[in-house]
Amino acid sequence: MINMTAKLLASKPTRRHFLQGTGGLILGFTVPSFGAEEARNERPPESAVGQATRNVTNESAGLAPNAFIRIDRSGVVTLIVHKVEMGQGTFTSIPMLLAEELEIDLNNVKLEQAPADNSLYADPLLGGQVTGGSTSIRGAWKPLREAGATARVMLITAAARQWKVDPATCTASKGVVTHTATGRTAGYGQLVEAAARLPVPKQVELKPSSEFELIGKPIKRLDSPDKTNGRAQFGIDVRLPNMSVAAVALSPVPGGRLHSIDEQKALTIKGVRQVLRLDHAVAVLADHMAAARLGLSAVAPTWSDGPNATVTTQSIVASMAEASRKQGAIARNDGNAQSTIDKAAKKVEAVYEMPFLAHATMEPVNCTVDLRGDTCEIWVGTQVPALAQGVAAKITGLPLDKVRVHNHYIGGGFGRRLEVDFVALAVEFAKQAKGPVKFIYTREEDIQHDMYRPYYLDRIAAGLDANGTPVAWSHRITGSSIMARFAPAAVVNGIDSDAVEGAKDQPYKIPNVRVEYVRHEPPIATAFWRGVGATHNVFVVESFIDELAATAKSDPLEYRRALLRHSPRMLAVLNLAAEKAGWSQPLPKISSERLGRGIAVQFAFGSYMSQVSEVAVSSTGEVHVRRVVCAVDCGQVINPDTVVAQIESGIVFGLSAALWNEITVDKGRVQQSNFSDYRVMRMREAPRIEVHIIKSTDSPGGIGEPGTSAAAPSLTNAIFAATGARIRKLPVAATDLRA
Amino acid sequence: MVTLNINQETHTLDVSDDTPLLWALRDVVGLTGTKFGCGIALCGACTVHVDGEPVRSCVTPVSAVSGRKIVTIEAIEQNSIGRRVQTAWRELDVVQCGYCQSGQIMAATSLLASKPQPTDEDIDAAMSGNICRCGTYGRIREAIKRAAVST
Repeated sequence: MINMTAKLLASKPTRRHFLQGTGGLILGFTVPSFGAEEARNERPPESAVGQATRNVTNESAGLAPNAFIRIDRSGVVTLIVHKVEMGQGTFTSIPMLLAEELEIDLNNVKLEQAPADNSLYADPLLGGQVTGGSTSIRGAWKPLREAGATARVMLITAAARQWKVDPATCTASKGVVTHTATGRTAGYGQLVEAAARLPVPKQVELKPSSEFELIGKPIKRLDSPDKTNGRAQFGIDVRLPNMSVAAVALSPVPGGRLHSIDEQKALTIKGVRQVLRLDHAVAVLADHMAAARLGLSAVAPTWSDGPNATVTTQSIVASMAEASRKQGAIARNDGNAQSTIDKAAKKVEAVYEMPFLAHATMEPVNCTVDLRGDTCEIWVGTQVPALAQGVAAKITGLPLDKVRVHNHYIGGGFGRRLEVDFVALAVEFAKQAKGPVKFIYTREEDIQHDMYRPYYLDRIAAGLDANGTPVAWSHRITGSSIMARFAPAAVVNGIDSDAVEGAKDQPYKIPNVRVEYVRHEPPIATAFWRGVGATHNVFVVESFIDELAATAKSDPLEYRRALLRHSPRMLAVLNLAAEKAGWSQPLPKISSERLGRGIAVQFAFGSYMSQVSEVAVSSTGEVHVRRVVCAVDCGQVINPDTVVAQIESGIVFGLSAALWNEITVDKGRVQQSNFSDYRVMRMREAPRIEVHIIKSTDSPGGIGEPGTSAAAPSLTNAIFAATGARIRKLPVAATDLRA
Repeated sequence: MVTLNINQETHTLDVSDDTPLLWALRDVVGLTGTKFGCGIALCGACTVHVDGEPVRSCVTPVSAVSGRKIVTIEAIEQNSIGRRVQTAWRELDVVQCGYCQSGQIMAATSLLASKPQPTDEDIDAAMSGNICRCGTYGRIREAIKRAAVST
């Protein structure tokens, strides 16, 4: 159910500045907030983010408009996109949804970035103006089509009235309304004024999937041309008159303070304009980044390290391990897991650990601010424009409407740009700056002052019956709660829904299941990372189920099948991945390397997925992932090639981390600094990836993250098959796999 | 003062000799298509052509390229191989976030200029210095092959 309003734009803008234009039909459409019954039905079952944010959204109950269409008198359709494009393809797939029902050429849709506005542009699944959690298409699927259909109906009605014919005898196609009998035609642009005076239909009929002309067809990305000729504008590309470019250094130890700087030395460097200091950071403003960086070296900041000066990874993990021995908050408790495990024919126990991870987006963190007395303008690529606006308003004391956020293409989000720490820093500095400033983190600052994927330590146990079938399952997760900081209302009874995602709802049919969560906060900041809760828990669950299969001396595929009989969609992806990977065939031997195949299956972000990885492990212990076969059921596909691309991307991202990545801390300092010691997958290391999509007309599931969350367990299960070594601690590189 | 020939235009810049070409291009000349990724020649996002050779502009001082022909992503379509690479990139929907792709296209164009029919090994060797966090490697490989075929 959407709530439509229409209005005619006179020459004077009647709505916010971003709707200024040449006049025409404005349709504001509202998306039901999470309290609405329809939305509940639309919500993919057991979705991490859905669960995580339901409570948050209930607080902002009621209907809120969140996106706008403008059709001007020349027939150009402008869609103000409430989501940001960070590679996931929504700047193509969201307009596809609109164009499908509005009956226009996709090329005639102009896109505008939504301004910061939590009330207008909230995601129905997330309750705020957020691009994350693989929600964009899930949230936009129905309202965008309804918006298009409503506009189409109004345009047809306007034409029919002019021609004094029954609207049912008119059709719309490619932006033109035609009266079939007489062949009379009128372009949308000619009809917008009359259409805007019509009442908005309360209900519109949406096309059945059999009539889709765009949805489900491979459509070329609309952002491709500009991203292949250097014209795409990322936040880091902003240039303003008289703008300074700033290099920043933050206290290397969180909680530390700036002790001393040599400001005069920096100011003698050609091009350096200003040196700014905060309690915990220093910035050098210059004509260009090269001068700024030289200036920063000259400033030679010294720091008081503060209370975290002795923190090490070992100290963090030791305290986490200690915390993990106590009972946590109970996320799920079916039957009686512990006593069943104690009595079981066979008991299997393990501890799994996953490291802190940096996001290492290709575009280092940056933010440009022009703060002038009573207004603040911000140029940034952000997944959360309204949070950026809010933090700037708080720091400057300005009202929200005096803070304008210009969002940009994002050169890699992966969760990093769900945070506004760097926006806050830039605005704080801007209070002292003369003129607009672009703040850019060096790669070293970007990695050492990231907000990290939490370290997790999981204690897991199962009891098997005499046949090796699990009769009880107990999983205790210990780690930081991102939700407690990001969306406190999403933590209920001590359970952070993100921290237990993929564990609480582990897919296997086992009569006794207990899942607990122990919150443990390290002294370094933690944040969402691609695949969020599922990336952590699917690794643990899918590794451990593999352990159980090995204990039962059962084939990992057959073992899973037997426990998934209740879920046809899980079984379908599992079987398809296995079949396409040739699971039952021996691996072609190519050398003396040890070869193995591993499988994993998951339901996450509303999508079902299974991956089979093939690895070769050299005698020196180097792991090469040769091939990954993925089967996915993500419901109705909007743009199939985007689905494939997102899965390819997610797999490479997940493999990089699983194989090599960890952020470690010594003397309170992050030890990694650049791609030299934070190794990411390169061309020659990338596996061949095959993606098989199961056709479906169910509501779409998310696709930006599932590829990542399934990658690690599929890899480590393959390593087990190849070497017999069970990887219980990531990254893989931490385990000696020499023959 | 340093004089640079960029995309067949002469620019005289008031920067010191040791200024990395990357920042001269981005912050002084205003050609922002060339990207900053790591600052130490590890990621390839800043790749430009100097006399036809791929160069990491983040570690190349302007004094080293004065008087030489610098080509950036903004002008690569004027090169017939570059144009074919761009077309292949678009036909195969290589890009995702797109941030690294200027560097990828510059590297791929150089590769095809020196090896019109590259093998997988040639592609690995030429392209493994360019990181893509969106993991578009498979498509980059295919796009290079497509651009090679279309010669």
